[in-house]
Amino acid sequence: MIKNKYLVVYRKFLHTSFASELEYKTNIIIDTITSILSLVGSIFLLSIFFQNTGSIGGWKFEQALIIQGIYTILNGITNTWFNPNLREIVTHVREGTLDFVLLKPIDSQFFISLNKINPSGFLEIILGVGLLFYCIKINQINVSLSFFILCLITIFCSICILYSLWFFISSTTIWFVKTWNATEVLRSFLYIGRFPITSFSFSLRIFFSIFIPIAFITTIPSEVFLGLNQLWKIILQIVISCVFLFTSRRFWLFALKFYSSASS
Amino acid sequence: MVKNIIEVRNLSKCFDISSKNPGLKGTLKHFFKRETKSLKVIKNINFEIKEGEIIGFLGANGAGKTTILKMLCGLIYPSEGSISVSGFLPYRRKDNFLKNITLIMGQKQQLIWDLPPIESFYLNASIYDIDRHEAKRRIKKLSDMLEIEEELFIPVRKLSLGQRMKSELLAALIHKPNILFLDEPTLGLDINAQRNLRKFLKLYNKETNATICLTSHYMKDITSLCKRVICVHNGSISYDGKLDKLVKKLSPVKEILIVCRSEKDANALDNAGYIVKSKIKNEITLKIENKYVSSSLRTILNSYDIDDLYINEPPIDEIIGKILIKKEYKL
Repeated sequence: MIKNKYLVVYRKFLHTSFASELEYKTNIIIDTITSILSLVGSIFLLSIFFQNTGSIGGWKFEQALIIQGIYTILNGITNTWFNPNLREIVTHVREGTLDFVLLKPIDSQFFISLNKINPSGFLEIILGVGLLFYCIKINQINVSLSFFILCLITIFCSICILYSLWFFISSTTIWFVKTWNATEVLRSFLYIGRFPITSFSFSLRIFFSIFIPIAFITTIPSEVFLGLNQLWKIILQIVISCVFLFTSRRFWLFALKFYSSASS
Repeated sequence: MVKNIIEVRNLSKCFDISSKNPGLKGTLKHFFKRETKSLKVIKNINFEIKEGEIIGFLGANGAGKTTILKMLCGLIYPSEGSISVSGFLPYRRKDNFLKNITLIMGQKQQLIWDLPPIESFYLNASIYDIDRHEAKRRIKKLSDMLEIEEELFIPVRKLSLGQRMKSELLAALIHKPNILFLDEPTLGLDINAQRNLRKFLKLYNKETNATICLTSHYMKDITSLCKRVICVHNGSISYDGKLDKLVKKLSPVKEILIVCRSEKDANALDNAGYIVKSKIKNEITLKIENKYVSSSLRTILNSYDIDDLYINEPPIDEIIGKILIKKEYKL
């Protein structure tokens, strides 16, 4: 019954978001062009890095393209769901419209995380998937059912980690009111995820594995793609994503106790 | 006997508030070493509200009316004391509680800006577990009551403030709440839109027996909707009772304009020991305490040659306005 309600509500979210976005046709066209140019630019940048060297951090250009593909998918998901919703938390808190969310008989985290979508981000997801299929071909990867399942699990875990990080930072808005900069820093760190983690120095590797786990977000799914995966890394990624999801959830519920609403 | 739907006992709320001195020095000090102090904005208040009542919360800006309303609907945790709304602790925000209440704020909106209001109504209906058929029926009924029809299909951004407010009301009432919390619902509306909104609220209260808690700075909202008012002053309740009693309390005198047949009678009245507000030839205006009005009039009519007289009630809006203007008004 509850599951059904959430599905019905999510369908409504999708419908209203699409309808809202379609009100501005030009914006959709510009977003589409931006997505394509952004991917082309990224691949071009990557090719420049590999121009004078065969490999970076033990990754060849064809292999690094896998990371680029996963990054593009994650960026697409960010632009489709995280950006339109989680950025809005700041506005909700500043303007006091979070009141309307909290007074609805629905989970507030579900509402503020999913009530909007930006359809132009879908193109990035499609482009990312397309790039991955191309990488399967050029890297001569053997595709099997277990390969697909592992890929889906690791990409799903990456999405969970990224979402939790973003949501955690956005939740601090309850106290600090303006935290746009912090989420922008997170996005900047995500750019780093376009490169293999092994291409960084040891200290940076530790930083991006422990403090901001970019390593887990793009490198592990890419290793699964290349068959370089180690089971312990996948299990670790699953554990980390569960811990992040749980912590961000508890933190949100804790933060709400301090919500003082905007004055009228 | 009508039961209490809201019970508030020894309720207090403290906020940490930081202050900043003007100028660059003040700004830098505020940035590096913020001075915060705990401010008790609601101080140990008690009241009950019965089912079906329309209550007006009165008070100057910053008196604490909206904070009380937000604690009643569960948005803000109380610092001390207890609140019971429909038998629920509001701040736990249980689904069954939330399905019973609604909050409408004149200055904030929940409708989706780029879409017609009807889309927001169906979204809300799905959140409140109302099926499409029932939602359609309720939208029809409420839109008839609110006298909006075509507006439901026009993007919110293109609606006038009045049309938008009506749509906001519809969105907030689609789940048939028993308790309505209205925070300045007529803010910024023109006179006709205000009147229509009040008419609707009266009708809604009559048809559904919903309890309405209202704050407004438009006195007409209070006088035409609320029989009972709660006056809030500096976070405490300074008056809780019937509106007409409050009016009598705040305005203990009536002004009586007496037109005498001759100036001689007017002069005699002037020297009879009454409080005289003004005197122009044979017309004299007296101020008489409410409780002595009938006996004084009897004496005046029997003792003087009176051509005409008018009893002026001071405008109710003006009287209540005193509470808002004079923050230190003693009740």
